[in-house]
Amino acid sequence: MHATSATVRVRFFAHYAELVGRSEAEVSLPFPATVGDVVRRVREDLPGGRQLPERPLTAVNLKHVKLDASVRNGDEVAFLPPIAGG
Amino acid sequence: MTYLTRTPLSIDQLVADVSSPARGGTCVFLGTVRNGPEETGVKAIEYSAYEEMVEAEFARLVADATKRWPDARIAVRHRLGTIPAGEASIGIAAAAPHRAQAFEVCRFVIEEVKRRIPVWKKELREDGTEVWVDPSGHPTVRPSDSPTHA
Repeated sequence: MHATSATVRVRFFAHYAELVGRSEAEVSLPFPATVGDVVRRVREDLPGGRQLPERPLTAVNLKHVKLDASVRNGDEVAFLPPIAGG
Repeated sequence: MTYLTRTPLSIDQLVADVSSPARGGTCVFLGTVRNGPEETGVKAIEYSAYEEMVEAEFARLVADATKRWPDARIAVRHRLGTIPAGEASIGIAAAAPHRAQAFEVCRFVIEEVKRRIPVWKKELREDGTEVWVDPSGHPTVRPSDSPTHA
């Protein structure tokens, strides 16, 4: 891959997976990049992406993060619907 | 250890995991699939999760609780899959030297679960409809109806 871009694995769960019709995708974007950049790219490029909220809950590599968190090549970025466990 | 299961929860196992003569108080919490007056004929709830993150986040949650209450021991399991109304979806056992701590720890764990653990539920209703549920217990507003949606 090009040194100035990063590729991340994006995962969708529950209601969000239904909205985009898939549970994962791969997204490449210019580096440095934030989770917010990944969200924007997903909403712009994926069929059904516009149905996702602009500011979803997100996680990177299994940890909750805010949208200004940075992402690195190979990271796993998750879009989390409002948590409803218990 | 794993914090997830697809089989009915065992209270005995949870209690056994935390019991000790040094811990004189044990508090058990069960969260049960509800079909009460507020619900619309809930037959069952289908629970799904970001399973790898659930395991990691539960480990962090238990570590946070143990740091705050070093003498306490905690066992917690969340059940996934289709759970009929009346059966438990989560079980927590918290044991501490004295009862006040046991209640505090148990309450802390369930409140943090509600805030941090990435699990989702879909109501399966008697009329055949299926509805994602949001944390307030109400049907999820479709994002296209949300004011935050562009």
